[in-house]
Amino acid sequence: MNLTIREALLAFRRAPLLSALSVTTIAFSLFVVGLFGLVAVNLQDALRGVAERVEIVAYLLPGTPIESITLAEKDIEAFPEVQSAVYVSEDSALARARAELVEFRDVLQELERNPLPASIEVRLKPRFRDAEHVNDVAERLRGFGFVDDVRFGRDWVEKLDRLRQIAAAVGLVVGAAFAVVAIIIIGTTIRMAVLQRSREIAIMRLVGATNDFIRRPFLLQGAIKGMLGGLVAVGLSYAAYSLINRWLIQAAFFSHAQALAIVGFGTLIGLFGSAASVGRHLRRV
Amino acid sequence: MIKFTNVFKAFPKGGLALKDVSFHIAKGEFVFLTGHSGAGKSTVLKLVYADEPVTSGEVRVSGFNVAELRPRDVPMLRRRLGIVFQDFRLLEDRTAEENVAFALEVTGARRSSLPARVMRVLTQVGLAAKGQAYPRELSGGEQQRVAIARALVNEPSVLLADEPTGNLDERATRGVFQLLRDINASGTAVVMATHDLDLVRQAPYRVIELQEGALVYDSSVDEPRDQAATP
Ligand SMILES: Nc1ncnc2c1ncn2[C@@H]1O[C@H](COP(=O)(O)OP(=O)(O)OP(=O)(O)O)[C@@H](O)[C@H]1O
Ligand SMILES: [Mg+2]
Repeated sequence: MNLTIREALLAFRRAPLLSALSVTTIAFSLFVVGLFGLVAVNLQDALRGVAERVEIVAYLLPGTPIESITLAEKDIEAFPEVQSAVYVSEDSALARARAELVEFRDVLQELERNPLPASIEVRLKPRFRDAEHVNDVAERLRGFGFVDDVRFGRDWVEKLDRLRQIAAAVGLVVGAAFAVVAIIIIGTTIRMAVLQRSREIAIMRLVGATNDFIRRPFLLQGAIKGMLGGLVAVGLSYAAYSLINRWLIQAAFFSHAQALAIVGFGTLIGLFGSAASVGRHLRRV
Repeated sequence: MIKFTNVFKAFPKGGLALKDVSFHIAKGEFVFLTGHSGAGKSTVLKLVYADEPVTSGEVRVSGFNVAELRPRDVPMLRRRLGIVFQDFRLLEDRTAEENVAFALEVTGARRSSLPARVMRVLTQVGLAAKGQAYPRELSGGEQQRVAIARALVNEPSVLLADEPTGNLDERATRGVFQLLRDINASGTAVVMATHDLDLVRQAPYRVIELQEGALVYDSSVDEPRDQAATP
């Protein structure tokens, strides 16, 4: 077996308690980051669900020829922001109203003439569901001669925008704070591991070990601890998610990529934390 | 082999530990480094193995200019030296064999060559039977033999020993000292710092004496001690 790997594994065997403590510390630090991540992921899901309802309706002037409408529908669907454009005729608008507004069925039944205009309902692609793009598309729809009026919940879209900005800012700040705290805690843990072996390091140097040689097992060990900590953190997050899902609300869990990112983050902190601790130690003695 | 030329050593806190020290130790020599506590014996050795920077003067050790040595070359210097201390400095959680093998592995020696080389030096120090023992299972004298085996395994041209018998009783002291003499007889230079004047008198080796950081006596240049001491 490679010497670096052997030495790294030996360290786990020789100091099982400290190793377990390091892994646990890393796991809990990352677990806190993970919990926050879960909240962020679910908040984002919720916002996306709300944004799904963003819709622009272009009401058409009565008597617009169906050919023009079909052409316009094609044009609109070709807008880069647009996901779908659906023509709703006067008749189907009425039919929908009858189905949806059961209380008014009688009134609607007795109508001599259909008062509802035909319309084109436009949905935007997910990444364009914000005030700026909605306004933009609405403006372009107004440009069609046979469009009478364009409606979308302006206030509502703007509020959604603001909510998204706040969520992103809070997420960034709190997430970064948690990550920094995790890095500090993990760094301290790794420092303990290095100090515990300072006598050994001194002896290694005495017999002519290069700094690289001394460093390598520590880096590997740190990366392994970080990875294990990350895996445990994902496991804990999953447990927390299961509980929440069962007793509180329907929530979402990390995607595979996000779970992998947590483990990767742990591995990197372990690696760089070790590099920093050993580096500092080697420079001082 | 080892050449000090007008060497001064000052520690950041504390005064001059070495003052204008010059000497030359040839290949295969056995040299005692003596002097009272605090005279600078350990400091001389530390300069040799580049554990402390030289303040001024020149230190040359088997072709290395130690005062100008880049940090990255220090390990290369140390692989040419064997170093032994009063407190053995063995790794407690490794067996005698593993302690010795460790010094070889550090140099990137081929794994297949380890067992034979380790066994050879353990035999040389008389501990072939105790290779599997951990330091705590060995007497002080035996631990020092393991440390000497570790120092020898890289086949150094110089063995530095800083009070190697300081923690040993008389019998173990004689044994370790005899071992160092044998090592010297097979061609390795030995520099041994010691308080033990009985030991020094026993053997016909060169003596370098320090006093408060200054070299006050070198048997290879000065009159024999007994005459020099009486004016
Ligand atoms: N790291 C250090 N910082 C400051 N002063 C030091 C340091 N190391 C040694 N000294 C000083 O340098 C002087 C020489 O110390 P050194 O250890 O070389 O003595 P020594 O001859 O080996 O003594 P001993 O027989 O007690 O081992 C002493 O005065 C000591 O206090
Ligand atoms: Mg000393």
